Amino acid sequence: MVELPPLTPQILLGLTAIVLFGIDIIAPDTRKNGLLASVSAIGTVAAAATAVWFLAAGSGDYRFVQFDGALVVDALSLFFAFVVASVATLVVIGSYDYIEGEEHVSEYYSLVLLAATGMSLMAAANSLVTVFVALELASLPSYALVSFLKTDRGSVEAGLKYFLIGALSSAVMVYGISLVYATTGTLLLDDIAAEVAGNQFGGVLGLGILMLAGGFAFKTASVPFHFWAPEAYEGAPAPISAFLSSASKAAGFAVAFRVFTTAFPLDAVAAVAIDWSLLFAVLAVVTMTLGNFAAATQNEVKRMLAYSSIGHAGYVLMGLAALQSGAAEANAFVLGASMTHLLVYGFMNTGAFLFVALVEYWDVGRTFEDYNGLATRAPVACVAMTVFMFSLAGLPVGGGFLSKYLLFAGTVQAGFAWLAAIAAINSALSLYYYSRVVKAIWIEDPSDDLSLAGTPTGLYTAVVAAAVATVVLLVAFDPVAQTAVHAADVLFAL
Amino acid sequence: MLIEALIAVTLVSAFVVMLAPDEVAGKLAFALSLLPVAGSLWMFGQFDASGNALFESGNLAFETTARWISVGPYALNWHVGLDGISMPLVVLSTLLTSLAIVSAWTPIQERQSQFYSLMLFMLASLLGVFTALDFFVWFVFWEFVLVPMYFLIGIWGGPRRKYAAIKFFVYTNVASLVMFIGFVALVFALPVQTMDLPAIAAALDAGNFQTTYGLGAETLKVVAFFAMFLGFAVKVPLVPMHTWLPDAHVQAPTPASVMLAGVLLKMGTYALLRFNFTMLPGVARDYAVLIAIFAVVSVIYGAMLALAQQDLKRIVAYSSVSSMGYVILGLVAYNVYGLGGATFQMVAHGLISGLMFMCVGVIYNVAHTRMVGDLSGIADKMPVTAAVFVAAAFGYMGLPLMAGFAGELFIFLGGFSATFPYAQLFTALAMFGIVVVAGYLLFAMQRVLFGPFSADTDYDIVPAAPHDAAAIVVLVLLVVVLGTVPEVFYGMIQDAVNPMVDSLPEATAFLTGGEL
Repeated sequence: MVELPPLTPQILLGLTAIVLFGIDIIAPDTRKNGLLASVSAIGTVAAAATAVWFLAAGSGDYRFVQFDGALVVDALSLFFAFVVASVATLVVIGSYDYIEGEEHVSEYYSLVLLAATGMSLMAAANSLVTVFVALELASLPSYALVSFLKTDRGSVEAGLKYFLIGALSSAVMVYGISLVYATTGTLLLDDIAAEVAGNQFGGVLGLGILMLAGGFAFKTASVPFHFWAPEAYEGAPAPISAFLSSASKAAGFAVAFRVFTTAFPLDAVAAVAIDWSLLFAVLAVVTMTLGNFAAATQNEVKRMLAYSSIGHAGYVLMGLAALQSGAAEANAFVLGASMTHLLVYGFMNTGAFLFVALVEYWDVGRTFEDYNGLATRAPVACVAMTVFMFSLAGLPVGGGFLSKYLLFAGTVQAGFAWLAAIAAINSALSLYYYSRVVKAIWIEDPSDDLSLAGTPTGLYTAVVAAAVATVVLLVAFDPVAQTAVHAADVLFAL
Repeated sequence: MLIEALIAVTLVSAFVVMLAPDEVAGKLAFALSLLPVAGSLWMFGQFDASGNALFESGNLAFETTARWISVGPYALNWHVGLDGISMPLVVLSTLLTSLAIVSAWTPIQERQSQFYSLMLFMLASLLGVFTALDFFVWFVFWEFVLVPMYFLIGIWGGPRRKYAAIKFFVYTNVASLVMFIGFVALVFALPVQTMDLPAIAAALDAGNFQTTYGLGAETLKVVAFFAMFLGFAVKVPLVPMHTWLPDAHVQAPTPASVMLAGVLLKMGTYALLRFNFTMLPGVARDYAVLIAIFAVVSVIYGAMLALAQQDLKRIVAYSSVSSMGYVILGLVAYNVYGLGGATFQMVAHGLISGLMFMCVGVIYNVAHTRMVGDLSGIADKMPVTAAVFVAAAFGYMGLPLMAGFAGELFIFLGGFSATFPYAQLFTALAMFGIVVVAGYLLFAMQRVLFGPFSADTDYDIVPAAPHDAAAIVVLVLLVVVLGTVPEVFYGMIQDAVNPMVDSLPEATAFLTGGEL
């Protein structure tokens, strides 16, 4: 039997993008939305399945170094390849109905696949060069996708804003990379780690690390580079909002996890440059508090979800904030908990945005009031949305409850009880704005002229699938958490 | 696997009902709800447990353990089982759900399949609450109960349903959070790597704390005890944490009120019994006077509030506050009479308060008013309902041969023989509550049922629909059966309570070898 290359998930995603272009070249003038969506879905499912297969077959202990250390395939990269590919699957299935009437359909699907390739490569990047290239490969298609609805002012404005802030943060990050290179003389993460200890240019190195962190903050929509997120998520086609807020965020965290734990070991860096875990602790508190309070004041559901997505970035940042030198077991636990939360979040948040896509498809409106009484017309989708909302809030109807608990418990165990307490208060507050959606769709009376045109198969399938996954993750949480903690273990064992 | 099967059957039924058309949903839900009834009664017949679930000597019925999550230092298990305290509550939940579903046939006319589906979801969660023996499993079910109740009040409730639903949700959820933090902080301080309740109880009994967060072992126990007490007291509810209850009850549709009063309030007392009183008996003993004050204030103040109401449903709602105070008094007495009577009273009050709410609901279905002043002398027009209502009221007062008597008698026996300071005084004060209960129920009944007929309503007063009448008659028969042969539950309850009593010998100085 032929041995598959370790980077198969990434290769599959990239190949699918090329196949999609190929289909468009062969038959440029025909409507083929269904065919393109199917091909994309097959590609992403295959990538996700391969990632799971590799994870299961290798029992997580292996580490394939590719291209002289520029890329690495280990449990972490496969875990996030799975997150990205499964979110992409839901997104392309949901997009089938959403972009039915639009032009340039094949470009849409290939851009999604290219962005997914970039995101999954981010998780595998083991050198600052590949980090940057993968990040740009993920970002550039995303800019185009956000402004995909070319005739819609909001979409174009969102794309522009996203692009400008993205370009700025890329510039900052590249400059940070150059500073790190200047002080260490290498771009490979493992080699950087060797040069960091006792480095005589501690100040310059610290500045470089700070700037790198800025680049990751942009990708994960964390303070201080979070401004683009509400605008971009609101203006973008809703499936793209789902894609960016779930997969792109997860990929940003994946690369941040790897870069900071591999290249900048906390004990060595804290001695010569900066204590980045303290930096992330401050960022986590500000990010989650800002996200939650802003979400509570929104009138539009999509904007609320955008701010809640910032809030969740704050929770996940605790995984970096609670790291401490010399406590490998606690570190692996809390980082694994962060990864688990990203995976669960991938399903429940994608589902929530796809529900918004469904509502936009029906042309119902964007505010909480417009959502009134939707359950009387579309009970199945509303059950799914209720699962997403309560699970995001941390009620035990979905995996979100367990992943949040694991994350908070891990933070407490690492000795950061105050951080967990702030997170718990934020999480309790979040129930307020999530339950507003539930109240609107189930309890408020519908306006008299509320009528929903059709039941789009693709969107329904994606929303229900995401809901099922969210609930299943409550029961079958163990394998996911085990894999994540193990992946983090491997990271620290280097 | 029987418990899992019971919960799974209920869940599947809920899904089936959700997808059923509205016209058949009610009948189908009732038919399907008979499956868990039959299952729980069969389990009751096969019940072979001995001892208390949280004590190692205990031998549980239908126990299963399976690994759920094990990450880092934690192991969370799916651990369920029944002992003599939880078995009666499981039977109560299934029976009352079936009858509440029948009582919904008349009043619920909109979005029926969703309504009945939520009732069955709630039953599934309740079964989980009463059978779970791992804190995490228990907490998942405990929180999950809120969700269907929130919708039941919010969608099918009265005019102020949105306010009542959100108040119920926020109150109980904040309370759960306080309780959760208190309990988890306690567990993290112990040398256990699991959330298994028996293991935690054993570790607490041994008392080897890893850390006490700088508080000292005793202080930590007290803080945790009162965090949990506060969390559960909202659910019970005890005065002054009771203010969500009248809103929720008055706005909730009758079948939801039946479930709320009949089973959901018992979650609070059940949790108090399992967590506070079983795991931290020392603290419960030290602060017995304080807890007894809460209990007696609830009894008297609840009764007084009931006296001031004109709405029949509000009267019954406030009287629940009063009755739940008795249960707390029984728990705090901490002897075999008190604990056993409190457990029995949970079941008895569940049946009787459910019956009272159903009677009020039947009257409301016909008259479309619940105000005492609007109705008079309707006994002639609704003879069956009136007879059952009178029986229910007497049951509430604790008439012998009704279930309430068997519970309250032992609670008072336990209270009088308790050894905490002023126990006899507290018990005497609480008995005064009985007089007030008798007062307000007789007053309301006299006005509504007897006297010259008048009805200030646009609707004709006609006999209750056959299914409504059947439901309340079945329920009143259950109350009488339980009052006549209380041994059916008292045997297993005593078995489960004895280890608790033995763990705190100073509470039973007068009562060595007491029997129920």
